[in-house]
Amino acid sequence: MGPQHPATHGVLRVDLDLDGETIIKCSPQVGYLHRGFDKLAENRTYAQALVLSDRLDYIAAMANNTGYCLAVEKLLGIPVPERAQYIRTMVCEMSRISSHLLWLATHALDIGAMTVFLYCFREREMLLELFAELCGARLTCSYPRIGGVRQDVTGKFIADLKEFVAIFPERIAEYETLIDTNRIWLKRTVGVGRVSGTEALDLGLTGPCLRGSGVDYDIRKHCPYDAYDRVDFEVPIAEEGDIYARYRCRMEELRQSLRIIVQCIEQLPPGPVVSREAPDLVMPLRGPRSYEGEVSTYGTSLIRLLEERAVYPAGDVYVAIEAPKGELGFYFISDGSSRPYRMHIRSPSFIHVGALGFLARGGLLADLIANIGSIDVVLGECDR
Amino acid sequence: MEIARRLRAAFPAEVVEIKEQHGQAAMVVKRDRIVELLGWLCDTPESRLNHLRDLCGVDNKNREIEGLSRFEVVYNLWSIELRHGLRVRAQVPEDDPRIDSVTSLWSGADWHERECYDLMGITFAGHPNLRRILLPEDWSGHPLRKDYPLRGEQEWSGMEELLRKVEQLQKYDFQTGPASAERMAQPQKQGDETL
Repeated sequence: MGPQHPATHGVLRVDLDLDGETIIKCSPQVGYLHRGFDKLAENRTYAQALVLSDRLDYIAAMANNTGYCLAVEKLLGIPVPERAQYIRTMVCEMSRISSHLLWLATHALDIGAMTVFLYCFREREMLLELFAELCGARLTCSYPRIGGVRQDVTGKFIADLKEFVAIFPERIAEYETLIDTNRIWLKRTVGVGRVSGTEALDLGLTGPCLRGSGVDYDIRKHCPYDAYDRVDFEVPIAEEGDIYARYRCRMEELRQSLRIIVQCIEQLPPGPVVSREAPDLVMPLRGPRSYEGEVSTYGTSLIRLLEERAVYPAGDVYVAIEAPKGELGFYFISDGSSRPYRMHIRSPSFIHVGALGFLARGGLLADLIANIGSIDVVLGECDR
Repeated sequence: MEIARRLRAAFPAEVVEIKEQHGQAAMVVKRDRIVELLGWLCDTPESRLNHLRDLCGVDNKNREIEGLSRFEVVYNLWSIELRHGLRVRAQVPEDDPRIDSVTSLWSGADWHERECYDLMGITFAGHPNLRRILLPEDWSGHPLRKDYPLRGEQEWSGMEELLRKVEQLQKYDFQTGPASAERMAQPQKQGDETL
């Protein structure tokens, strides 16, 4: 099956041994989108390699950027202004909603619920418009920067976001009325693709897939980053470990994300949005930069870009964030130069695709489609 | 940190170095008893490091630090119950890049180790299915090694076959093939008539 199959969500090929309709052995084959990010990053400066992280999970680019920036900030010891922390928390949760909406849309479409697809894309479009308002790009944002974010939020953005926050709860309820107790949906998901908590840990599943099996592991709570320790939210957990449990987890996460966004808007402190110590590729913006009133020119940006022998502390660091799909980790080794000596990305999709063989074994061929949907993979992130 | 010290007490011959940086505890160990050592970390009630966050290989060719072996396999562990983490770096020498597989502890390590084998060329003894994963099966070399060039000198062996196939399929091409040019012209004429 695949790599050009409408239900594999990208270029995933699955080799199947079948007995009639029953799967005896299922081995996923990946690598069609391999671009060698690890090697590419080793030959770029920290600021340049940021754009690579957009192309991992391209439907939640903000979360990837934030993860990358957090790791580099920790490695190089760069402080982040409080306002930027709140903004990043906010955009991370927005990208979580956007990613979950895309997941729900395609997952439901695979199982046969066409209407949900159209509804989800309607709301996702609102979020993408908001991203465009914020930074000019809909998908590959590169908005979070090492040491903060690229530019401050505008009043219009906050107003539009408030409008979205006001209408979204009833939209979640709308999706739920469509499928929550739908008989076809229940038949396709309840008791299918079951994985226990111990098995999920053994397989390395993270994110909603692990929490759907009753394991309380959310990096936002375990090692809080940015402003997550200052906002109040719950981690939804389901016990059953089947596709329906994972679906319920993600739907609750939509509500929790909304809660976080509301708190971020309320608590948003004044101040600069980017640290003075940031080794950023300074963008020649129109006019002075809002945070310190300096006019950045091409000259300074070139000097900063070519600053090859900057002395950064050597060492290694592993920083993970709770991306929409699971644990997204960055392992960096610095040798003191301005380029990472080694970068390794622990992508949740890679591990989740690896677990597909376990989930699908013994099930029906049609359930494989539901399983691929429920582990929520993006192949750009899987193949890197 | 405390666990790292306890581990040194349990395996005094294996642990080479313990250090803490950026608030993260890390330790360098020898490779020979790595499965036993990680199994100890996973099962001991005080550590319970039961979640393998990440596994990757490192090539230390261009780093000039005393006592570094050519390769390292890095395990990032986390305890979900006790909420603490530890990084274990196993030394792997240049002349024999081989280490025992930890798939017996975590079956999720399967793909991590295949990736490490594919890109770094470290062999994992006891791995059930050690094949290339991200690159084509007939690829030569391991790209993440520091002596692997950023830009290759020759084409991948499968490329010629691919180009031949493209040539064969050219006759069906709607944009460039001679047959398609006629077909493209046809509907335009019809359109003119209706106007």
